[in-house]
Amino acid sequence: MLRLANPNRFMQWSGKLLPWCAIATVILLGVGTYMALFVAPPDYQQGESVRIMYIHVPSAMMSTFVYAVMAVSSAVALIWRHPVADIAARESAPLGAGFTLLCLVTGSLWGKPMWGAWWVWDARLTSELVLFFLYLGYIALVNAFDEPTRGARAGAILALVGVINLPIIKFSVDWWNTLHQPESIFRLGGPTIAPSMLWPLLIMVLGFAAFFVTLLLLRMRSALMAAKLRAIRLQQIEAA
Amino acid sequence: MDSLDHFLSMGGYARFVWPAYALAVIVLAGFAIEGVVTYRKNRRELDAVEKKRR
Amino acid sequence: MTRKRKRLYIVLGGLALLGVATALVLSAFQDNLVFFYSPSDITAKNVPDGRSIRVGGLVEKNSVKRESDGVTLDFRISDGSQTVPVSYRGDVPDLFREGQGVVAEGKLNKGTFIASTVLAKHDENYMPPEVVDALKRSGHWQETGPKP
Repeated sequence: MLRLANPNRFMQWSGKLLPWCAIATVILLGVGTYMALFVAPPDYQQGESVRIMYIHVPSAMMSTFVYAVMAVSSAVALIWRHPVADIAARESAPLGAGFTLLCLVTGSLWGKPMWGAWWVWDARLTSELVLFFLYLGYIALVNAFDEPTRGARAGAILALVGVINLPIIKFSVDWWNTLHQPESIFRLGGPTIAPSMLWPLLIMVLGFAAFFVTLLLLRMRSALMAAKLRAIRLQQIEAA
Repeated sequence: MDSLDHFLSMGGYARFVWPAYALAVIVLAGFAIEGVVTYRKNRRELDAVEKKRR
Repeated sequence: MTRKRKRLYIVLGGLALLGVATALVLSAFQDNLVFFYSPSDITAKNVPDGRSIRVGGLVEKNSVKRESDGVTLDFRISDGSQTVPVSYRGDVPDLFREGQGVVAEGKLNKGTFIASTVLAKHDENYMPPEVVDALKRSGHWQETGPKP
């Protein structure tokens, strides 16, 4: 595992994997969007507004999944001092913030016609907003230090502290009365979504996940190249 | 034309559904374009520096 | 003990402490974290008149009436054991209907809840209208929470 994470090895295997991830992303998102807009039926209560679900739910799931990736990378970076893990955490953060913003805004666009409010301070919505601020705080903190390794370490600690928010987001709808409805997919007794709506949703979720993997690999490769470039230039200055 | 109008109106929820999809396209395409542009720039610069070193 | 192992224990220990601290804080603030109270809570807690509060439950069947002024809406919120009568002037969201979940914001006044906002709460069930029709025809439809 750690051998695969050696920077040179990482560049080798990620370069081979990247095109396949990109192809999978395009196919999944293409098919998913088509099914979401044209194949999936309207809901018996919510009518056509339910189509917002095919954006909202995948981005909500990715918002927490990306944070988990960031936290695990941060732990590996802190404990084993692995440079590639640092880069993985750092490059995940903007993607996670993007998914969280998408989740919040599409949720708002869905809440207004269905609930009658753009925003309410219930436990689910508030904890998701806290997640967005955690991402922004992490990005700001990592870039606040002149020395990159110190910024990475401070960021890793913040990312780990923020992990506590993940179970709160997930279980907020069970632990407290919220306006947000309870879990529909990962629940005891099976999903409460009709199969004709669940399939398009699952394809969209896979599409969002493939998008994340593709962009993360791309950004990590960019970051490693930038690091190499800096090292070479530093050598040249010292040699001159 | 009627079916197109029907589709675009989204059962009266057009002003909620379409902005949601539009924002998704903006966010995902934004990340993709920014990612590819940065990648190409770094690749070019690194290739140039490595060629000079040889 | 190697330095790596030591760092691993520090991280794990830190996370465990953080978890315990958060659980304590959340259970201490339990009352402030609920978004609404059920009609049973309202009755049990003896909420005084004039205090801003949210009540949530199902809109009771055959309880929605428009008053003669054409604007005021009267209905009852029920949680199965207790009900609270609600009076509300304003627009209701699209999902507002009898038998559906609802959260009303407002104040109690002599036993009636004067709502300033009414929010609809939908359940976790999603299905196409044809499926609902078929369920109703076959007699498998349950009004509160259909089984998919």
